[in-house]
Amino acid sequence: MSLVLSDSLQATVNALTDTFTDKLIEVYQSSGDTFIRIEADANIEILSFLKKEQHYVYLTDVFGIDRYTSDERFEVVYNITNLRDRERLMVKVRVEEENPTLRSATEVWSSANWHEREVYDMFGVYFENHPDLRRIYLPQDFEYHPLRKEFPLLGIPGSIDLPNTTPDTE
Amino acid sequence: MGIESALGEGYLTTKIDVLANWARSNAVWPMPMGLACCGIEMMAFAGPKYDVARFGSEAFRFSPRQSDVMIVAGWATYKMSHAIRRIWDQMPDPKWCIAMGACASTGGMHRCYGVVQGVDNFLPVDAYVSGCPPRPDAVLHALMKIQDKIKTEHSVLLDA
Repeated sequence: MSLVLSDSLQATVNALTDTFTDKLIEVYQSSGDTFIRIEADANIEILSFLKKEQHYVYLTDVFGIDRYTSDERFEVVYNITNLRDRERLMVKVRVEEENPTLRSATEVWSSANWHEREVYDMFGVYFENHPDLRRIYLPQDFEYHPLRKEFPLLGIPGSIDLPNTTPDTE
Repeated sequence: MGIESALGEGYLTTKIDVLANWARSNAVWPMPMGLACCGIEMMAFAGPKYDVARFGSEAFRFSPRQSDVMIVAGWATYKMSHAIRRIWDQMPDPKWCIAMGACASTGGMHRCYGVVQGVDNFLPVDAYVSGCPPRPDAVLHALMKIQDKIKTEHSVLLDA
């Protein structure tokens, strides 16, 4: 499928192709959005390039995907916005199930802090150099990552404590 | 207008249980636990149109120490359940509990790992109200059921 890119996005894709030739895996479009997939070891270089050189100054969201495949199971998507040219770009990175570790984007956008904590909480993807990688929603002693496909809908019975219903006897 | 004008020179006999139950059942002050959209219907239940003041329950107390019935209106997460139970434990006896709506009764559409599948997992519920959310009339009905329940209790005699 041929790409239909605006001038600004075309310039960004050209700059990425020139600068990170062997780190850019694919560029595609879906549902009106433009996606680029990059090598996991170059994520910070490419993201800071996009911020500093291409004016993608606003990190809208970071989210995870469980592809449930045997290789490169987890995907992390950075949804970034160019406020000067009004463009949106999705940057995808895939990581292995065995050691799902990425470098944290907090050094590029501070707002990645809570987004990455959510991805860690829900998928168990670790972010290196994150200033405060704790669970953001679930209790700190919770042992599972609920948005992984193998996690049952109703959770693991007894994995989260209910309150003591006989307080007089404690 | 007082009871003296009705009695005149006469007197009235009753049982202490009946008197206590009559007083309790007509002053059931709610502890509002509005957790989601049911909380809006609970406000309508207290407001002028449905007017729970007719049943003596218009005094929504935001202090558990002053309330008699906890209305759990909405879905309770595992994290919130500890706060709800703590407030319930702070309410003085005798106390009652209404599970308002599908979520508080069974978990409702929130069939997932984070939501307690019915507040009866950690609270002794007296009345369940169906609906998503229930109409304020349904909550009034639950309150009247609780009043009926209070009127059949034998608390004072049992204490003696």
